[in-house]
Amino acid sequence: MKKYRFQLLSLFGAVILLTSCGNNNGNNKSRGALNSSAAEKVYVAPGEHDEFYAFMSGGYSGNLTVYGLPSGRMFKEIPVFSQFPTSGYGYSEETKPMLETSHGFVPWDDSHHPDISQTNGELDGRWIFINGNNTPRIARISLTTFETEEIIEIPNSAGNHSSSFVTENSEYVVAGTRFSVPIPQRDMPINEYKGNFQGALSFISVDPKHGHMDIKFQIIMPGFNYDLSHPGRGKSHGWFFFTTYNTEEANSLQEVNSSQNDKDFIAAINWKKVEEYVNQGGGTKVPANYVHNVYDETTHMATSTMKKEVLTVNPLDIPGAVFFLPTPKSPHGCDVDPSGQYIIGNGKLSADLTVHSFDNMIAAIEGKKFDGEAYGIPILKFEDVLAGTVKSGGLGPLHTEFDGKGNAYTTFFISSEVVKWKLGTWEVIDRKPTYYSVGHLMIPGGNSRKPFGKYLVALNKITKDRYLPVGPEMEHSAQIYDISGEKMELLYDFPTHGEPHYAAGIPAELLAPKSKKIYRLDENKHPYAVTSPDQARVERKGKEVHIYMSTIRSHFTPDNIEGVKVGDKVYFHITNHEQDFDVPHGFAMIGQNTSELLIMPGQTKSSLWEPKKVGVWPFYCTDFCSALHQEMQGYVRVSPANSDIELSWSLGGD
Amino acid sequence: MKTIHLVKVFFTVVLLIVIYSCKNEVKQNEITNQASTEIVSESQKGQAFINDESSTPNVLQIAIKSPDHTTLVAAVQAAGLENVLVNAGPLMVFAPTNAAFDALAPGTVETLLKPENKEQLATILKHHVTAGNYDKSFLKKFKKIGQADDTNVTVEVIGEDVYVGGAKIIASIKAGNGIVHVVDKVILPTSNQ
Repeated sequence: MKKYRFQLLSLFGAVILLTSCGNNNGNNKSRGALNSSAAEKVYVAPGEHDEFYAFMSGGYSGNLTVYGLPSGRMFKEIPVFSQFPTSGYGYSEETKPMLETSHGFVPWDDSHHPDISQTNGELDGRWIFINGNNTPRIARISLTTFETEEIIEIPNSAGNHSSSFVTENSEYVVAGTRFSVPIPQRDMPINEYKGNFQGALSFISVDPKHGHMDIKFQIIMPGFNYDLSHPGRGKSHGWFFFTTYNTEEANSLQEVNSSQNDKDFIAAINWKKVEEYVNQGGGTKVPANYVHNVYDETTHMATSTMKKEVLTVNPLDIPGAVFFLPTPKSPHGCDVDPSGQYIIGNGKLSADLTVHSFDNMIAAIEGKKFDGEAYGIPILKFEDVLAGTVKSGGLGPLHTEFDGKGNAYTTFFISSEVVKWKLGTWEVIDRKPTYYSVGHLMIPGGNSRKPFGKYLVALNKITKDRYLPVGPEMEHSAQIYDISGEKMELLYDFPTHGEPHYAAGIPAELLAPKSKKIYRLDENKHPYAVTSPDQARVERKGKEVHIYMSTIRSHFTPDNIEGVKVGDKVYFHITNHEQDFDVPHGFAMIGQNTSELLIMPGQTKSSLWEPKKVGVWPFYCTDFCSALHQEMQGYVRVSPANSDIELSWSLGGD
Repeated sequence: MKTIHLVKVFFTVVLLIVIYSCKNEVKQNEITNQASTEIVSESQKGQAFINDESSTPNVLQIAIKSPDHTTLVAAVQAAGLENVLVNAGPLMVFAPTNAAFDALAPGTVETLLKPENKEQLATILKHHVTAGNYDKSFLKKFKKIGQADDTNVTVEVIGEDVYVGGAKIIASIKAGNGIVHVVDKVILPTSNQ
C-alpha cells in the first residue's frame, strides 16, 4: 500500500510539474490523447452523427445494444431474448409469444453473434440476426424498426454457439450446436456419449422478401463440439466452415479431456450440394418440437407456432458434401477472408494461427488425398490444405477480422492484444495491447467481401480498473483503434453493456435514412386498436374485462372506469394516437404483476391486470410526454366480486 | 497517521521541486520528463500493474513475493511477460528456484537477460507455462501437457513425485489465476517435442 501511495504521489508530483511549467513541448507524446489527435478522431460534436453503427451482443443480458462509432455512445438496447421492462417486451400480451419455446416461456437467453444480412457478400442493412446460446434460438431484428421481428427455436441442438452467421446472399442463417446431444433426445447414460451423441448443424432459410426463417435442413454430424463458423464467400461461396473441438468426444472434465488431441478439425460443408440433395427429396423428416415466433408490424402482435418435424441429413448420404480439415489446438474462431480464399483457425491453446487455403482444399478433394476418416467423413491431409502459419508470438488466439486491404487482425486472450498480420505472407505487422483479455473484435463489415477498414473495436472480457470502480460487478470494456494506417492507434475506451461476444458494424448511411420514425395509425391492424377516441370502450366477457383505450397528449380515453371486480382479468389495450416522431406514451397500473408499457406513436400494446383489492386504483403515463405529463392519469374503481355495479367509462365526466 | 505525515512531507517536497524546477528549467525538466515517461510507458501498463490487495495473489505476485524466485522474476520482467502471468488464464506455472537457474551453465542466465535475447528468453519462460490449473496429484493423469510456447512437456510419475519435463515438483501454491508448482530444474525446450 505504502509503495503504491508513493508512486501515486510521485505521479501527482510529475503532473504538477508538467502543468506548472507547461513548456515541455514535444517531450510528452506518451501522455496519450491530450497531445495526439486521438481525441479529435473520436469526438463527435453535439448534434453530429457517428460514422458507423455498431451492434454489440449483450451476452447474458440476452439483448443487443446499438452504439455509434467512433464515439462509443450507446443509442439503444434492443430486447431480443430477454424480458425488458423498459418497453414491456416479453411482458405485454403482444410480445409474450416471442419468448415461447418448446420448454415453455423462457424469459432470458445468452445472446452471442450478431450478423447483418448480405447481398452479393456485402452488408445490405435489412436485418441483423443473433443467436440465443442457452435455449437454442435464432432471432431476426429489423434494421428499419430496430425491433425483434422473429425468433425460431433450433431442435436437436444445445449451446447454440457456432451461430448465427449468414451466407453471402442471406440464403441461409446458420446455427451449429456446441454441445452434442442424443438425437432425438432420450433417457440414456451420459458415459455412453462417445459414438452415440451427435451434433446438428442447422441451415435456416431466409425469405428474401420478408426475412422469414424456416429450418431447411439439419446436417447430423459426429458428436464433437461445434464452436464457431463462417460462410465461404466469393470463390468459396456455397461452403460453410465450422471449427470443432472435443473430437475426443469426452463427456466430463472437458478442460483436460478435450485437449488430448493435437489437432481437431474445421468441418467444411458444401451446403449447395446438400441443398441440391434436399431439393431432390433427399433427407429424412424426423419428429421434433420447436417454436417459431413471428411479430407482425401491422397488427403489432406476435404469434407463436409449434413446429412438429424437421428435415435431417446424414452427411454420409451425400458424398463430397462434408470434409474435415485438421487444425491444431482446439480452434475457437473460424474466419474467412474477404476473397474467400483463406480459412483461419484460431487455435486457442496455441501461439500460432493456422490458415487453410480454399484452393488447396479443393485440389486435395479432387485428388482424393485423404488422411483417414472420422465416422465416415473424409479427413484431408493437414499439409495439403495448409496455406500458412502465422507465428504471432501472442498467446491464446481467438478471433480474426479483415480490413479489405490485405490485412488480418487477430485477438489474443491470454496476452491481451490485437495482432495485425498480412494475408499471404503471414508476417506480423503490428501488435497493440488491449485492456484486458480481449475476446472478439469487430471491424465494420469485417467478415464480408467488403470490409470498411477504418476502425477496429476490441471487445474485452476483463475490465478491472479501466473505469471508476462500481463494486465487484461491472460492465465490460471495449477499445477502439484507428486502423487506417500501417500501425494501429488506440483512440478510446468505453464500457459495453452485458457481455458482448461478437459485434457487427455498418456505415451509418446504409441504415439511418430508412430508420422508422412512427407507426402509421391508419395502418394499425391490431384487433384491439381504436383508431379514434370515440371507439374507446370497455367490454366484459365473463371474468375478462377488455379496455379499448387511446392516448394523446395529455390524457387517456377513457380515464375513469367503474364496474371492475376483484378476480377479473383486466386487459388494457392502449393505442397511442400520436403521429409525431418520438412521442411515446407509457402506461402503468398500481400493483400490477407485470411491467409498464411504452407505446410508440401509432402502436397498440396490451397489459394484463388482475385486481386483488377493493378500492379506487390509479394508473398513469410513465413517459414524460408533454408539459402536462403529470396530469396524464386515471382511476379504476374495483368493487367486491359479488358487486352488481355496471361497467361504465368516461373522460371529462361525459 | 504515518501516511498523512508522508503526504504533507511529500507535498512540501513537490512544491519545492516545482519552485526549483521553474528556476532551473533545463536540468530539472530532464529529470521529470524521464519520470513521467516511465510512469506511462507501454511496458508499465496493463493488468500486472493494478493495485489490488484483496484478491488471492496471482501467479506473478506469488513469484514476486518468493525469495527463492528472484531470478525467475527478473527473467519475467526482462521478457516483458508480467501482463501474461496475471491474465485470467487459468495458468499453471512451473517456477524454477534460484538454485535451479544457478545450476545452468555459467553465464547462461546473464546472456538470456540481455535485451537482444528477449525473444529467446520469452520462449523459454513460456515453456514453463500451461493454460490450465491442475494440482500435483491431478497432473499424474497426464502423459504430456501443452505449453504456452506451443511445444509439449512430458509428465512422469516416480513414486510420489511428479516430474514435468524432467523437473521435479517440490512445492505447489494455489494462485488467484491458477497454480504455481515450484520445480527444481529449468525446463529447457528440446527440438524433438
